[in-house]
Amino acid sequence: MSANTNSMKELNKLQKLAIGGAAGVLNGLFGAGGGVVTVPMLERSGLEQRKCHATSVALVFMLSLVSTTMYALQGKLDYGKTLEFVPSGIVGALVGAIVLKKVNNTVLKRIFGVIIIVSAIRMLIA
Amino acid sequence: MNHLAGFLAGATASMGLGGGFILIIYLSFFENISQSQAGGINLLFFLPIALVAALMHFKNGLIEKKLLPIIAAAGVAGAIGGSLLMYVLDEGLLRKLFAGLLLIVGAKELFGKSAHKKSADNNQGNKPLTDST
Repeated sequence: MSANTNSMKELNKLQKLAIGGAAGVLNGLFGAGGGVVTVPMLERSGLEQRKCHATSVALVFMLSLVSTTMYALQGKLDYGKTLEFVPSGIVGALVGAIVLKKVNNTVLKRIFGVIIIVSAIRMLIA
Repeated sequence: MNHLAGFLAGATASMGLGGGFILIIYLSFFENISQSQAGGINLLFFLPIALVAALMHFKNGLIEKKLLPIIAAAGVAGAIGGSLLMYVLDEGLLRKLFAGLLLIVGAKELFGKSAHKKSADNNQGNKPLTDST
């Protein structure tokens, strides 16, 4: 591993393969979760936060294209149901991007954390 | 109710809170949809939002292109493997595995370093349009 002048640690080939492989498996297995791997791993390499998220979105978009194709081939896509969520999802994404600059993201993260932990426990005991 | 779920999923995604999980949780609990079907809906839901976000980031020069080839190649192989695994695994087991992932992500959001501290560390305040699913 070598470091450049911007204190960014260059990821070696094996690390890149591991990041991609893990993100891909999560994306394919659950239809979600690729960013959980890519964002922190890219952050660890010293890449600035905005670039980590942006690069991660591009990567997970590519993985999602592949996974979506695989799900379609396996008959796991419900196009009609998905369409019910897309318009409000796009509005939500735009509102979220605006609100993000005005609210305390840390508080939201904690609330979100509680919601998904409770959901996970419910799934585990169901 | 679906509009609210879609709105929240889109909003949390763009706020970097992992919006992919919200929609799957909603579909599992309120619509009684299996884990694999919920995953498929979530993937399809994410594509248009991510495409717009990725294009904007590309235009703004925020995508670290030199990282993409190897990570994406491994990711494609992983995505194919993961999708095949999804197909053969029992739905109940798949849901428990997903719950395990949620526990890890939830704990990280709850106890992890605050976004404010992180941005101070990185000397960067802004986040891009959307997080990854």
